[in-house]
Amino acid sequence: MSLTMWGLKKSPWVFHVNTGACNNCDIEVVNLLTPRFDVERFGIQLVGSPRHADALVVTGICTRQCMPRLQEVYRQTPKPCVVFIIGVCACTGGIFHDAYHRWGRVDDAIREVDPNAIIAYVPGCPPKPEAMALGVLKALEML
Amino acid sequence: MAHRTLIPVGPYHPLQEEAEFFQLHVEGETVVDMDVRLSYNHRGIEKLCESKTFDQIPFVVERVCGICSASHPLAYVQAVEAIVGEPVPERALYLRTIVNELERVHSHMLWLGLAGHFIGYNTVFMWAWRYREPVLDLLELVTGSRINYANVKVGGVRADSDLDAEKLAVIDKTMDEVKPPMEMLTNAVLDDPVIHARTKGVGVLTKEDARKYGCAGPTSRGSGIPYDIRKNDAYAAYDRLDWDAICLTEGDVFAKAVVRCLETFECIKMIKQAVKDIPDGPIDAGYKEIPEGEACGHVEAPRGETFHYVRSDGSNYPYRHKIRAPSYVNVPSFKATCIGQPISDVCLTLAAVDPCYSCTERMAAVIDMRSGKKTLNFHDLIHLSQEKTRKLMRNFKG
Amino acid sequence: MSETELAQELRSNVGEMALDVEQPSRNNIFVTIRPEDITKVVRIVWDGMQSRFAIVTGIDVPGGIEILYHFVFDEKDTVVTLKTRVAKPFPEIESITPIIPGAEWIEREVHDLLGVNFRNHPRLERLILHDNWPEGVYPLRKDFKPEDAK
Repeated sequence: MSLTMWGLKKSPWVFHVNTGACNNCDIEVVNLLTPRFDVERFGIQLVGSPRHADALVVTGICTRQCMPRLQEVYRQTPKPCVVFIIGVCACTGGIFHDAYHRWGRVDDAIREVDPNAIIAYVPGCPPKPEAMALGVLKALEML
Repeated sequence: MAHRTLIPVGPYHPLQEEAEFFQLHVEGETVVDMDVRLSYNHRGIEKLCESKTFDQIPFVVERVCGICSASHPLAYVQAVEAIVGEPVPERALYLRTIVNELERVHSHMLWLGLAGHFIGYNTVFMWAWRYREPVLDLLELVTGSRINYANVKVGGVRADSDLDAEKLAVIDKTMDEVKPPMEMLTNAVLDDPVIHARTKGVGVLTKEDARKYGCAGPTSRGSGIPYDIRKNDAYAAYDRLDWDAICLTEGDVFAKAVVRCLETFECIKMIKQAVKDIPDGPIDAGYKEIPEGEACGHVEAPRGETFHYVRSDGSNYPYRHKIRAPSYVNVPSFKATCIGQPISDVCLTLAAVDPCYSCTERMAAVIDMRSGKKTLNFHDLIHLSQEKTRKLMRNFKG
Repeated sequence: MSETELAQELRSNVGEMALDVEQPSRNNIFVTIRPEDITKVVRIVWDGMQSRFAIVTGIDVPGGIEILYHFVFDEKDTVVTLKTRVAKPFPEIESITPIIPGAEWIEREVHDLLGVNFRNHPRLERLILHDNWPEGVYPLRKDFKPEDAK
């Protein structure tokens, strides 16, 4: 395993992208840092720039305004990286699947840029913090 | 240029070309103008509601904003109930009150944590969010979910939650346990000289401007405009409980913070009374159909008035459903509070109206008037704010 | 229901510009006016009677766009809505932003989503639809088809 991959699995630094969400998933993601769940003990940290990130956490329905931004963020993130798609809105669109301002699925937007992107899904509305942490850890184990 | 040499510009945001919500135009260190561009979060919910039945809509509007998850459905059902014109059972009114007040408690604590983070007090952030957790557990106890409660329906509430004496006692006890950490955080705000220096006289919203922009909630109650929908046009069980609306007059970030802290204690008071007084009885008026008509419904969300308008044409679907969140009227007041401010105070001024967290992320980009170039993003503004606190603390120590 | 004091006060202050005053429920009053009177009536209701501006709603109805201006009288526990209608295909009305700065965003939104032109609005640019949204396609109109927006 390469050093980068080992670093990613040991201590993934995560950049959060909101593509048009109601905040529930986003707040539960930030909740993961707080003392009750404390994902920093797994080495997971939120960073302020995709250039420092090993993983992206994406929430939201992928509005037309956000789609180019999402793709740009993915390009800027050094590879290898994992994309965690959190919440049913980001997974399939949820109740907003036929909204007029929605571009389409988050994973389609990412695969347009990189057909071999590594993507993990954590559905829920919102997924409980325990589910998110479990999803992230499971995905990292599989890498 | 002065600001370019003094300010630590972080890693450049890779999306420098992308338009953010707000573009602040600066000359030197002072904000001179502001542009706005909304679009990122536009999900077309009002259009979506026209194709959903009256009963399906509470599930949709819950997801307008995660932290006002109880307020939006309540404002909507109150609008529809005004069209129908039949009363809602007492027990349902008390259940609605308990959930909405629990939401207010966790929302204000969330805000306190974020404000602490922006100032650079990360311990405040961790403590506030840690002590918020028992409140979310209570919401899960009452409604089955930490967020997105799906508890209201047109005519009452969806489920009784089996709120027996034992569960009510748990709610009462947890409120007693939330009080001491909240007191500690409030005293920190009221006593800390650095917090005073960072927030007093900063981002002042005058009473006149608060009126011109139609501001709501703690944003306007911090500027001397005393309205609170729970008192003016009381709904649910608020007029049956004994509590005070909090209003201050200075209009600065400090006043808004104090309003939120003191309000939290009023919430705890109300929840304790509601669990004691909640009557037995039905929870659903059992409306059979919604007649033709139109009405407005509004509630006091943690951020201010949430306003819904519904027009029914007698079918199963609303002809029109208008949704106005409190941030829609609070956020434009930035024009009045940010212009003339130094950049290091912008982050706190923006945070003081308590906009939704996701909106805050992409909130601002700073453009230098002389070069026309974008120089800072919101993360940089947070760093500037935290740096200002560090300088102040050195002054206090030295 | 019998008319409340506030409804009577509105009738008297708005005078013959009030085509109709209805109170269908305890805390909702609707005042129908002509579109050309909007700025005068807003000055009476918001400034003269000191109410609070809440929001503007646009509704696509057969033949026109109904525009509702919602004002809250906090001390009287009542929402007063001014109702007016402008004709399609070119709906337009005078902007109230010069009187109430807080109306700036919502008039831009109604312009985006329903195609109403607000005359003398200080900045009637796109607010809520994305940059490449096609001109002339208004999502909140009843004849909107998602294919038109591709």
